[in-house]
Amino acid sequence: MPDVVIRTKGLRKVYVSGFLRHKFVGLHGLDLEIFRGEIFGYIGPNGSGKTTTIKLLMGLNFPSGGEGEVLGKPIGDNAVRRHLGYLPERPYFYDYLTAYEFLHFYGSLHGMTKGERNRKIDELLPLVHMERARDVQLRKFSKGMLQRVGLAQALINDPQLVVFDEPSSGLDPMGRMLIRDTILRLRDQGTTVMLSSHILSDVESICDRVGIIAGGKLQRVAAVSELVGADVESVEITLEGATEALLAELGAGDGHLHASGRRTLTVPDEDSAQHLVRKALDGGAKLVSVVPRRESLESMFVDEMTAIDKSSREAKR
Amino acid sequence: MKVQAIALTTFREAVRDKILYTLLFFALAMIAASAVIADLTIGEYGKIIRDLGLAAIDLFGLMIAIFVGIGLVYKEIERKTIYTIASKPIARWQFLLGKYLGLVMTLGAEVLVMTVGFLVQLQLTGAGTTGALIPAIWLIFVELLVVTAVAILFSSFTTPMLSALFTLGITVVGRLTAQLKELSEAGDAPGLELVASGIYRLVPDLATFDIRTEAAYGRPVDWEYVGYATGYGLLWTAVLLAIGTVVFQYRDFK
Repeated sequence: MPDVVIRTKGLRKVYVSGFLRHKFVGLHGLDLEIFRGEIFGYIGPNGSGKTTTIKLLMGLNFPSGGEGEVLGKPIGDNAVRRHLGYLPERPYFYDYLTAYEFLHFYGSLHGMTKGERNRKIDELLPLVHMERARDVQLRKFSKGMLQRVGLAQALINDPQLVVFDEPSSGLDPMGRMLIRDTILRLRDQGTTVMLSSHILSDVESICDRVGIIAGGKLQRVAAVSELVGADVESVEITLEGATEALLAELGAGDGHLHASGRRTLTVPDEDSAQHLVRKALDGGAKLVSVVPRRESLESMFVDEMTAIDKSSREAKR
Repeated sequence: MKVQAIALTTFREAVRDKILYTLLFFALAMIAASAVIADLTIGEYGKIIRDLGLAAIDLFGLMIAIFVGIGLVYKEIERKTIYTIASKPIARWQFLLGKYLGLVMTLGAEVLVMTVGFLVQLQLTGAGTTGALIPAIWLIFVELLVVTAVAILFSSFTTPMLSALFTLGITVVGRLTAQLKELSEAGDAPGLELVASGIYRLVPDLATFDIRTEAAYGRPVDWEYVGYATGYGLLWTAVLLAIGTVVFQYRDFK
């Protein structure tokens, strides 16, 4: 039995708002298990309940029903928070603190000694490429820089579990890569990661398992390999110097002609691809690339959401 | 240590914010202007300068207590800074107490600067100090402790606009307690007496902290009274913070 780090059973959240006390169910009886050492992707459209789940797990909001455990203790347990890291979506921090003071402050909240804080800050600032901004006040930071110090505060206590809520939201490619690399490094160290994200290519490339949530209900939990499938749907072959005569001989159509003169042809499977490549090389063309196309998490997610949308519309009729 | 970390951070944030310096500048300007006003009046020159100086410390202290206090917790939730803080191993009461103490430290520093400015003014104008001046300023500070606790209580569950209204309301009513007491004992309108006596009992009596007239006139200090008023203020502060903590303990951070 794998070690369970997060376990929820029938976890519910009902929001009540306004003078007339309108009720909105943010989460319908969530049953979820996340195992030690895995990277768990949590995906769903906007307003599906991802942030609600995370807020309940972090003890920021109180559940309306059901139960949950984090690292073996009921959610909201103060002692467990010593081992948690959390980076919320679009984080804001105190404007007038410098990066150094900011990290010291968060280290103090974990009860770390000054020596421990100094050591950890010296380790973390270079890791998030912020050593040059150490003495700059946070109000002068760009969004990406705030996200980087936010990442550092989430790791200051060497957590056993780190929860990221849309960590790459609004980040440039370098920032996204930093987040991705940090998550993979955490996994290598044995840290469990829960990653809520809209960037499905990232989720697909780094997560072990994925939970899909829509309308406050968990729709599916599966390994990424199960969801995206191993079967190749098509293969794209790019050639250079393919003459009209050769194209006619290959019998894969005209494909797509690039401005560089290269041509990309698409065939339905790997066998056809091997056959075509051999013939193309024999015919004097130069092979540039062969790219097998599989169903991506993104296309699977869009299909799943479309199906849910359709069935809910039918149910309403 | 965690309460201390939050208090120090709150203090650091507050003293680096330029708004406080603007308020402090106006307070010192008002203290300085008291000499001009005193010049325009006939007699009791020293008394008027002392009176206006104490009033300036009181007024600007209250402005900082209310206008910083009302947004203190609300802003943390609105700007979501609380998300990362509340996810750390810290109890909610520690957060609230830390925020409160941070603002108290800020107020302490402001009152100290204003007091120094006031004493310099008294020296320069030759208005002279009285023995009760420092106790009077101390009680203004105790009053600020209570008003800050009121502001932070409202800030823990409602918007700054409503918090400002409630806190200002309580501050005004709290200063009119003598009139409320009279009204509750008037004997000719039982309904009104009941309401007045209810409000009188529910609202801290801020007039307790006002010994400014005695200080301005240079009457001797009644240390026993200063001790009583301090105890009264601290008790109210503790009660208000305890209520604030209970409210804050069970609220969601949306």
